[in-house]
Amino acid sequence: MTMTGFRFDMKTYKKHPLSFLFMLLAWLAAALTAAVFIAVVGYVLIKGIPQLKPSLFAWNYTTDNVSMMPAIITTIEMVGISLLIAAPLGICCSVYLTEYAKRGNKIVKAVRLTAETLQGIPSIVYGLFGMLCFVTSLKWGYSLLAGCFTVSIMILPLIMRSTEEALKSVPDSYREGSYGLGAGKLRTVFKIVIPSAGNGILAGIILAIGRIIGETAALMYTAGTVAQLPENVFMSGRTLSIHMYQLSREGLHTDDAAATAVILLITVFALNGLAEYIAKKLDKNKL
Amino acid sequence: MTTADSISERKSDSSDFFHKPPSGRTQRFIEKGAEIIFLLCALISIAAVVIICVYIFAGGIPAIAEIGLFDFLGGQRWKPYNEPAEYGIFPMILGSLYVTGGAVAVGVPVGLLTAIFMARFCPAPLYKILKPMINLLAGIPSIVYGLFGMIVIVPIVRTLAGGDGNCIFTAALLLGMMILPTIIGLSETAIRSVPESYYEGAVALGATHERAVATVVFPAAKSGILAGVILGIGRAVGETMAVIMVAGNQARMPKGLFAGVRTLTANIVTEMGDAGGLHYDALVATAVVLFGFILLLNLCFSVLTNKKPKEGKSK
Repeated sequence: MTMTGFRFDMKTYKKHPLSFLFMLLAWLAAALTAAVFIAVVGYVLIKGIPQLKPSLFAWNYTTDNVSMMPAIITTIEMVGISLLIAAPLGICCSVYLTEYAKRGNKIVKAVRLTAETLQGIPSIVYGLFGMLCFVTSLKWGYSLLAGCFTVSIMILPLIMRSTEEALKSVPDSYREGSYGLGAGKLRTVFKIVIPSAGNGILAGIILAIGRIIGETAALMYTAGTVAQLPENVFMSGRTLSIHMYQLSREGLHTDDAAATAVILLITVFALNGLAEYIAKKLDKNKL
Repeated sequence: MTTADSISERKSDSSDFFHKPPSGRTQRFIEKGAEIIFLLCALISIAAVVIICVYIFAGGIPAIAEIGLFDFLGGQRWKPYNEPAEYGIFPMILGSLYVTGGAVAVGVPVGLLTAIFMARFCPAPLYKILKPMINLLAGIPSIVYGLFGMIVIVPIVRTLAGGDGNCIFTAALLLGMMILPTIIGLSETAIRSVPESYYEGAVALGATHERAVATVVFPAAKSGILAGVILGIGRAVGETMAVIMVAGNQARMPKGLFAGVRTLTANIVTEMGDAGGLHYDALVATAVVLFGFILLLNLCFSVLTNKKPKEGKSK
């Protein structure tokens, strides 16, 4: 498919200068896109890698040594707790949509519509909601837990969609086989359908992790910006992204912010790569 | 069957009720109970949207009522610390519109042409490099884009255009970059889903490859492409962190392409930390306006994506 269009015939182009122009523009646009990627990633890496020093990974954050270690640990805690909340909910939701709901069910339509809406809501609105609901109404204060609940809602539609696609790709013959052998619906779902869709579900969850790690606006006013490691879930703590934002804002630590950006970029890229690898493995199993 | 086998090994010792035959009252009870639990989980997303709406609107609408709808939306002065305070978000609405408009002007032409390139021009070996690049571009956290804007684009704009570099132009440029992967991804899928016969028909009639792509394939994919553009606009309107790092954030009427500006999102983030009373509620009300914009865009998006493709639309 991709090769179909690639011809370079100067004679035709001489007769059709507009076509030539269009081809040039398409190449130019693609080059620009690639340049954006190379510029952003390249500049952050060049600026940040020399700034990575062991002291930035010290256990304690002090004003002299803006260590990112507490932020890294907080981020991992945040990812863990949020997935604990969002993953079961998202997966169960998709199970209902694909395995239980009848075609044309009104609930299904409503769920799809709301999931789409959730995906479009800007993260700052989530942040504000989290502040109004978890921080103020439920009186949790700026806390890890408030942040976790906020990002859980954010990643819910992501997990739902990828799980749904994964479940749909499980051939019906698997289910029929299971029923034929006398298994009930619940058993079929947990022992046949979900395990066969495991890779797809996992890929979605990994992408969700990337989203949590990169999130800033939704967490500033829910998890707060305290630089120390929170002792329990009701204390405030900053994730790596917020840490980076705070550093870049103060103006004194732009270099350290760049170093943090390197860690963020590498983590997010690794997660993306992992998700792609797992999804690819899934494709091979299917074919 | 291998997956099923391994799973039954793993689970066989843990759960007894899985092994009961699918008959009997307990079994039916469990099946029904499970279905209800799954249904409840499915309802979570509906509940989430409802609760978010309730909280945001309940927090914001009283404030709008207190300030007055016209003074709030049309007021040109945002002076929360004055006596008496003024809460007009018109400058921020304009700011969001300008910045988003600029991002569209930068991102849409480049994005669409890149999508066309990816679908119809790209040699296979190049595609293998370019496609992951675009995917990763979508994965870069907005805060990293913000840092890039701050240490690279802002100084360049400062040198070339004067001022301090934190301005509409910088923000639009950065946002244009950020919405590229969204637009490219969706448009490429849309262009690829146009039946090959359209292209072949055009070429058979004597069109060059470019002409066939530009005048036949591209228009045929327009609803998918438009959906991609709308999603990109939504991302630009809602973007927060990258914008506050490069837009300047002055809460006043925009004074030109190279003057600082504050968007709706930036208004919420910059002042939320130390706001109280009506000021706080006015910020929530800002989110109501932002939310309204997003819901409108979402509506357009779902109308476009749920529209059934028309049969026999050959031109």
